[in-house]
Amino acid sequence: MAAFDEGRYAQAFPSFGSERMGAPVVSYCRIDDHPIRTHEPIDEPDALIVQDATLVHQVDLFRGLSPEAFVLVNTTRSFADLGLAGFAAGFRPDRLRTCPATALALEHLGRPLPNAALLGGFAALTGRITLEALGKAITDRFPGGPGVANLAAARAAYRIVADEGIRPDAGGVVTGAGAD
Amino acid sequence: MLAQIEGSRAVARTVACCRPEVVCAYPISPQTHIIEAVGALVKSGELAPCEFINVESEFAAMSVSIGASATGARAYTATASQGLLYMMEAVHNAAGLELPIVMTLANRAIGAPINIWNDHSDAMAASGSGWVQLFAETNQEAVDLHVLAFRLAEELSVPVMVCMDGFVLTHAVEQVDLPEQAQVDAYLPRYRPTQSLDPDDPVSIGAMVGPEAFEEVRYLAHLRQLDALERIPQLAEEFAVTFGRPCAGLLGTYRTDDADTVVVALGSVLGTIKDAVDERRRAGERVGVIGVTTFRPFPAEQVRRALAGTGRVVVVEKAFRAGGGGVLAADIVVAVRDTAAPVHTVVAGLGGRPVTRRSVASMLASAGRGELGVLSFLDLDHDVVERERARVLAGGHGGRAAGSPPRGPAPPSAGPDGGAP
Repeated sequence: MAAFDEGRYAQAFPSFGSERMGAPVVSYCRIDDHPIRTHEPIDEPDALIVQDATLVHQVDLFRGLSPEAFVLVNTTRSFADLGLAGFAAGFRPDRLRTCPATALALEHLGRPLPNAALLGGFAALTGRITLEALGKAITDRFPGGPGVANLAAARAAYRIVADEGIRPDAGGVVTGAGAD
Repeated sequence: MLAQIEGSRAVARTVACCRPEVVCAYPISPQTHIIEAVGALVKSGELAPCEFINVESEFAAMSVSIGASATGARAYTATASQGLLYMMEAVHNAAGLELPIVMTLANRAIGAPINIWNDHSDAMAASGSGWVQLFAETNQEAVDLHVLAFRLAEELSVPVMVCMDGFVLTHAVEQVDLPEQAQVDAYLPRYRPTQSLDPDDPVSIGAMVGPEAFEEVRYLAHLRQLDALERIPQLAEEFAVTFGRPCAGLLGTYRTDDADTVVVALGSVLGTIKDAVDERRRAGERVGVIGVTTFRPFPAEQVRRALAGTGRVVVVEKAFRAGGGGVLAADIVVAVRDTAAPVHTVVAGLGGRPVTRRSVASMLASAGRGELGVLSFLDLDHDVVERERARVLAGGHGGRAAGSPPRGPAPPSAGPDGGAP
């Protein structure tokens, strides 16, 4: 919705079925300057957002990623602490980030729903959508209190990920744990 | 109005603009979001006057739709998969009774084994029911075809099914130009039934017809279907004038003018196929695509003309008849019977298996080399099939439960179907 508001084409779709709560699910998003015709799943993503860091060693999350890919993981820990130091070595350090999105959600929403915070982190990490457009999308989609709270979580995550990007020691292995 | 919106919600809002007076539906994945959204519009009063009737099954949903339509109300419903099968007797009745009901079919596979994902098995099971069947390639087409469907249904006294790929379209959030209420009102006049049941002036409809006239009744239904072939392009043109954008009609062509090989398909897979065709074009191959929007009645003459001069036809379809072959392909074979072009059937995307540009492009390359068989299955795991065949030949005890895969579940997830009956 944010990309659409910025005049681009976007497509988002989930891949789910009859999962129980807690089962791994995946969803996809394409953003383009041209109309998007295909409806196939994305198997070589330019960016990956991991909502649940407990999956990193259970599911082949990183298949298809190029060394240029952006990766954002919802965790209070670092890539090294997650046992991903070797994985991280194959990627551009300025494109790997962690973000304590669940903690931010608990702080701002009172519920462990990290989605909006992760989108804030995604905006900061990739620059593909502006925080302003993201904020409008969030408040349009969730009018009233929930929208305001999600927007606050998204802004906090944006700041954490953006600040980390300009820190001289930022190596993609330091978590922005300020909100913890 | 341009909106970034889920396909189901876009369809629900559009259906509401068509002012149905009775909506009766039973939830089943992946149709659920559509009727939830229609129900919410009825409850909020945005869609009024309209009665949303909750029932206990799809059979009841179609039966209530028949009753509503027969008494002169504009009636809408939606279903998928087993839901369509469960209402099938009434589906045929709606056509036989010449009732202009519009139904969304959120295409889904049919069990067993149970599978909630997308293919076209459900639509194909109704391809002889007497309903017009329109297939949407995109959510924009899904939206626009619903408006056209009500108009067509009521003009010809024939029910219309708008088929949109379950999950692939119903759950995709994409850009859609939503019809405005004033535009829909200008395009779709108030429903004036040619006949309606009235307790003050009682008549019987659907009464017994014996051997002396049944064939004539069926032939008349066939003629009404043929009338739809005339009327759909006109209604699509009129739609373009009213709404300021083209509307899908009988079929669409893409890069077919000089094509040696033409792919024919239904629904959302066409977008991916077009990307694959562009890829093969860049490699110097002359390939094109025909998307069939109107599957019933089948526009055989238009398909024949569109395929004239083509050296090879490849039908990609998300359904097949076990022991037979393709369903769409069988119609294509009849349409091109006077040409020398061989028709290949490629079954793809069953039970939600992704149809990827890479696999389609690879299949087209093998077609170009003359290596494509008469009937093939895209991305079929031949090793698994061979192992299972060998096991059965060896005595076949143990190992696999009937109807289950010969190895761990292949789909994105497994588990009891909690979302749908």
